[in-house]
This record gives sequence, structure tokens and C-alpha cells, in this order.
Amino acid sequence: MRISTFWYTLRQGAKNIWKNKMFSLASIATMSACIFLFGIFYSVVVNFQSVVKEVESGVAVTVFFVDGATQAQMDAVGEQIGKRVEVSNKVFVSAEAAWENFQKIYFKGVEEMAEGFAEDNPLANSAHYEVYMNDISMQESLVTYIESLDGVKEVKSSDLAANTLTDFNRLIGYVSAGIILILLCVAVFLISNTVTIGIAVRREEIAIMKLIGATDYFVRAPFIVEGILIGVIGSALPLLVLYQMYRRIIVYVGEKFLWLSGMLEFLPVNKVFSTLVPVGLILGVGIGFLGSRMTIRKHLKV
Amino acid sequence: MIKLENVSKAYSAGIPALNDVSLSIEAGEFVFVVGDSGSGKSTLIKLLLKELEPTKGSITINSQKLGNIRHRDIPRFRRNIGVVFQDFRLLKDRNVYENVAFAQRAVGTPVKVMRRKVPAVLSMVGLAAKYKSYPKEISGGEQQRVAIARALVNEPKILLADEPTGNLDSHNAWEIMKLLEEINHRGTTVLVVTHNLDIVKAMRKRVITMRKGVVIDDEQAGDIYED
Repeated sequence: MRISTFWYTLRQGAKNIWKNKMFSLASIATMSACIFLFGIFYSVVVNFQSVVKEVESGVAVTVFFVDGATQAQMDAVGEQIGKRVEVSNKVFVSAEAAWENFQKIYFKGVEEMAEGFAEDNPLANSAHYEVYMNDISMQESLVTYIESLDGVKEVKSSDLAANTLTDFNRLIGYVSAGIILILLCVAVFLISNTVTIGIAVRREEIAIMKLIGATDYFVRAPFIVEGILIGVIGSALPLLVLYQMYRRIIVYVGEKFLWLSGMLEFLPVNKVFSTLVPVGLILGVGIGFLGSRMTIRKHLKV
Repeated sequence: MIKLENVSKAYSAGIPALNDVSLSIEAGEFVFVVGDSGSGKSTLIKLLLKELEPTKGSITINSQKLGNIRHRDIPRFRRNIGVVFQDFRLLKDRNVYENVAFAQRAVGTPVKVMRRKVPAVLSMVGLAAKYKSYPKEISGGEQQRVAIARALVNEPKILLADEPTGNLDSHNAWEIMKLLEEINHRGTTVLVVTHNLDIVKAMRKRVITMRKGVVIDDEQAGDIYED
């Protein structure tokens, strides 16, 4: 394509938007609303997931060994557990360390009572591994795997915690995906409407183009550009607003709701928007392209 | 140059718009097609532009059988045919220069070439001074000249004019006819569909008469056309 044709197509696309101001504005507004809601959902979901991740990282699986298991056996089990992708960390707690922890908790202030066990560790067979995961939904398969290892007597895990967190995560994913999908369909429909009006307004021009030998591409390209431009404007505006909002909300919540700081820590603005901006723009351009492409296929027979 | 062999076109189950029409137009000819409303003149123009497909028969233009042209090759085919309409069909939001340049842009002509050819063709139709005017600022005759300039700027071998004087007074109609004759003298084959029998008689060109989709008469150039 010639550079002059490229600029011409771009200008015509922009002109279409201008000629068709009211419908273009309606499309941009709907697109903005979609991307704005998408941005809000995304920000909430990533922050929530970060909180859930934090909680998940504290949920551990505890692995106990058969009586008389040697240190070498326990190390071998630890090594095999460490190779699993879903394992983020593992901590070995020896029988001695377990007894020391026990004393700290249960013999606080009456340490002399524990001295009677000095030579005979009551938790002699309590050496264990605490295994932490990066994905708690994999807990069940991990437990099955560890149980099958040599020297393992018992694996203790909190199925309830794991299942609740996994289910909640999944629910939030489904709900947000559903809402976003509906909004995207509305946006595609509105852009399609705008482009249909644009085609109707330029029907005569299109007829002339066809008669003087313009290619299909030349006739259609301005409408595709129109859709994409609506998508770009409709996604850039809400992303800018969201960026400013997010920054201010973090500061506001940090100042006014100090008591929340222990439970809720917002992800930094750059971390959220380094993903949200490209995804939002691609979504906007994609919807614009899809809406206009669908319409010209239906209404613009060249 | 243009050859129709037993061409018929029926729109639905009704009477065919064209019925077994055969005719041949040589390169460089100036031909009038006359006939009442419903005689099939407009259908003929549409068939020549490959806007419609014949129900029967074959059409050959510039040694190219229209039935063999694929959909994606139609634009390239149409670039060899200029077309002018009764209602001018100019873009009202663009000035004279842009209306003519539009035809060049649509076929991907480089800007450099466009800047040379558009003023040249506007000068040929006598509108060089009005290149900045918008359609509503010029007369009907001038608008038709712009339409002719637009049809000619891509240097087509054939010019089809569908009632080009239909919206013009007799003075302007004559001016347009003189311009079409001049274009024909430069080597372009011209086919004019018209109702204006005064002009047809005075021009003494070849006249094809149609009635109810059939060619009923074909008088060669120089013959005196009898109404």
C-alpha cells in the first residue's frame, strides 16, 4: 500500500467519525464504559488474587515420617518434594526443633516442668516437613504424590482452606469473565451500528468508488479504520481516568483507613497498569476491528 | 472493442430487460443508444460495467470476456471504462479538484502523478479556474464537466454516458456533447445513452435504437436519423 493511500484511508476513517458525530460519540462512550468496568474488575481481581495468594502462601501441608526413618530417608523425601512445580517452599522441622517449639508454646513460664523430658524427647518421631505451595488448587494431587513416597507415614493438610480459596478464586474469575463478555458484546453491537450508519451516509461515495475501479480494500479500509479509532479512543480515555483514580484511591485508603493496612495491601499502580494498559488497548482495538469487520461483511457488498 | 453476442437479461420471472441482443462497437466509435423508458438502455450500461451478469449470451470488452473476469479483478477491468451519469454523482463535500483526484486516489495513483494529471484534465474540460469550487457553487453544465473529467482522468479506453444531458438546458447540453465529441476525437470510444433526439439527429453519429429489450434499428454514422 502506498503511503499516500495509507494516510488517505486514515483521514477518511477519522472523517467518518466526525461526519457521524452522535453515533460515534455513543460508541466511544459505550466502549469507554466497557473498558472502564473491565479496568475496575481487573484491578479488583488482581488485588484480590494478591490477597488470596498471600493467604495461600501461609497454608502448608505437613509431612510426617514412619517411626525410625533415617535422616537420609527424610532428606530424600524432601528432595523429591522440592522438585514439584507447585511447591514454592519447604521447611524441615527436626524432632528437636519440634520439641523446642512445643516447649515455647505450652511450657511458657513453667520451663522447669519440661526439664524432666530433657533426655527423652516426647516428640522423637515428630520430625516433619512443612510444604508451601504456589497454587493451592494443586494440593490434592500433591498430597497423593507425597503419600506415595517411601518413608512417609502421614500427610496433614487443610482441605477446607484449600477448597474454599480455590472455589472463591474460580467464582470471581467466572463472574468477572461473564460480565466482561456481556459488555464486550454490547460494545461490538454499538460499533457495528455506528459503522452501518457510516456506510449508509457514504453510500453514494461507495457506489462511485466501485464504478471507477476502486479495490474492495480501498472501499472497506476507512470503515475498519473508523472502528479501530473508536476502539483506541474508547479505551485510552477510561484507562487514563482509571490510572488517576487508582493512584488516588491507594493514597486515600492508606491515609484514611489505617486499620486496613494489615489485611489489605494494594498492588502498586505500575504493576497493575503495566498489564491493564496493553490489554485494555488491545481489547479496544480488537472490538473496534471486529465490530466494523462484521458490519462491512454484512452491509458493504463490493 | 465492445461485442455483445445474443445477450439476454431477465431480472425475475417477468419480461426480459434485454432479449437476444447482438451488437458490435469498434474502437474509436461514437455511438448513441436511444429508446423509450424500459427499452433496456440502462441494463445495457450495467452489463457493460459488469454491475449485472447476463442471463444468456456473452459480452466482450477490449478482448476480455466479461464472464471470465473474477470478482476481485472487476476493479481493474472497470478502470478501462469511464462513466458519466445524468445526476453527475459528485461528492458534495469535496471541491472540483478533490472530486477528480478522488478517481485517481481510488486506483492508487501516486500523488506526484495526480498533481500533474488532475489540472490537465480540468483544463481540457474548461474548468481549470474553478478547481477550488464546490459542486453547489457551479452550474449543472459545469458539474457534468467535472463528472466527465473524473471519468477521463484515469485515461479509460471507453466512456459510457448515461443520459449526460438529461438535467441540462439546451445550451449546456450542446456544450457537453461537443466535449464528448472532442474526447472521441482524441481516441476514446464513446457510448451515449440519451432521450434527446434533437442532439442525436444533429450529431449524425451511429444510433442504436432499442425497444422492449431488443435492438430494432442500427443506423451508421452519417445517416440521417429518422425519429
